[in-house]
Amino acid sequence: MISVKNLRKSFHGTEVLKGISAEIQRGDVVCIIGPSGSGKSTFLRCLNRLETPDSGEILLDGVDLMDRHTDLDRQRRKMGMVFQQFNLFPHMTILKNLTVSPMMLKKIPQKEAEAKAIQLLERVGLADRAGDYPAQLSGGQKQRVAIVRALCMEPEVMLFDEPTSALDPEMVGEVLEVMKELAHEGMTMVVVTHEMGFAREVGSRVVFMDQGKILEQNTPEALFSNPQHPRLQDFLSKVL
Amino acid sequence: MTLFDSIAQFFADWGAKLASTFLEKQRYLMLVDGLRNTLIITLGALVIGVIIGAFIAIIKYCGEGSRVMKPLCLLCDLYTTVIRGIPVVVVLLIFYFLILRSSDGVVVGIVTFGINSGAYMAELIRGGINAVDGGQMEAGRSLGMSRFQATVHVVLPQAMKNILPAIGNEMIALLKETAVAGYVAVQDLTRAGNLIRNNTYDAFNPLMVVALTYLFLVILLTWALGKFERRLAKSDKR
Ligand SMILES: Nc1ncnc2c1ncn2[C@@H]1O[C@H](COP(=O)(O)OP(=O)(O)OP(=O)(O)O)[C@@H](O)[C@H]1O
Ligand SMILES: [Mg+2]
Repeated sequence: MISVKNLRKSFHGTEVLKGISAEIQRGDVVCIIGPSGSGKSTFLRCLNRLETPDSGEILLDGVDLMDRHTDLDRQRRKMGMVFQQFNLFPHMTILKNLTVSPMMLKKIPQKEAEAKAIQLLERVGLADRAGDYPAQLSGGQKQRVAIVRALCMEPEVMLFDEPTSALDPEMVGEVLEVMKELAHEGMTMVVVTHEMGFAREVGSRVVFMDQGKILEQNTPEALFSNPQHPRLQDFLSKVL
Repeated sequence: MTLFDSIAQFFADWGAKLASTFLEKQRYLMLVDGLRNTLIITLGALVIGVIIGAFIAIIKYCGEGSRVMKPLCLLCDLYTTVIRGIPVVVVLLIFYFLILRSSDGVVVGIVTFGINSGAYMAELIRGGINAVDGGQMEAGRSLGMSRFQATVHVVLPQAMKNILPAIGNEMIALLKETAVAGYVAVQDLTRAGNLIRNNTYDAFNPLMVVALTYLFLVILLTWALGKFERRLAKSDKR
């Protein structure tokens, strides 16, 4: 469903992505791990073209995202993104956060959009907070709302950039739980994470990135129990 | 003569002077007219300035990194550079004698000060927009909004909290700036004071009245702005 070939990206002359290639199939849960600064976020942000790659190929369901004539705004609706810092809209209620894009971009009537939003909120246990503003929620609650906001656009793939890294430890679980459910329902997911437990348990594939390259990828069992590349061995010895 | 008598005499003289300066020939009406013109020019220029400023700020924000918008952005840059590089009095004279010849002075004033403050307003509004966390634009874009949609629905409403107080400050600056409108024969507050001085050879009282009127207006506006800002801050906590 997503096919990436030889993706390159530099910031001010420093190459951050040095030729990344990857295939993501429908229903995959791809977890990306690697040391800080290795280019994980940059790669993820290139996938939905928040970042413009210098060269390479990105196909989403056969649509070329590097083509200047591709309507990127339309393609982005198929890819939900969840940020480390939540990035909820602070001037809107939770309900408005969830309905603004479906109503504006998909022309879904307000009633219908709200019904869908409430239904999704119920699933993450936050239906009673629909009228609140983001500032009134805890970090974990904000991130669950952020996930729901992306889901309201009915995306085909969800991109997560360290969704639990900004959370207090006791709130990490509730967010991972929601992501786990999502994976079990068959959502295609690309997750940049430092949560090795999650990668091991939920991931269908784990990708190890270092210094702008994918050095190793495998099923979680194989990658964690039998790492090949010395740098992956070194990395795992530090984080596990 | 006692000290008390001389003080009383002083105030009696001053009162007579005030009466002859302002009441004779109803000269105080000139001040009233002048104040009215000053306020009309300030408010008119504020409206024009906000419209121009918002327009430029949005063009420059939406146009960032877009090839199509590049010429428009350059045009905006030219405008702000030119306006900010020329004293407002000179701009006023250029408009009065070269561009809007034979127009009413008040109209020239409104247009000139509007165009002038538009350049500063653009920077204020841009500053307010840039102060909004970059993650907000990204979140909007990631949901499929265009840069323009995300600007209007996500970024601008948040930027308003920064922009509105800044516009209030600009209004206070504008009010004082319009005092040079007299250069193009507009009878604003300052010029009204000058006319009275010329007619009465009383320099002290007209100048004091003019100065105190500006001071009073500025204090009033500052107070109202402070109140408004406190209300904005309150709605922030929710
Ligand atoms: N907008 C940018 N401008 C300049 N340099 C950038 C930018 N974004 C990322 N970089 C640089 O690119 C490199 C890779 O960054 P990236 O955020 O992709 O790493 P990461 O693997 O996500 O790291 P982390 O685990 O800390 O989030 C870093 O050295 C970073 O400083
Ligand atoms: Mg990162």
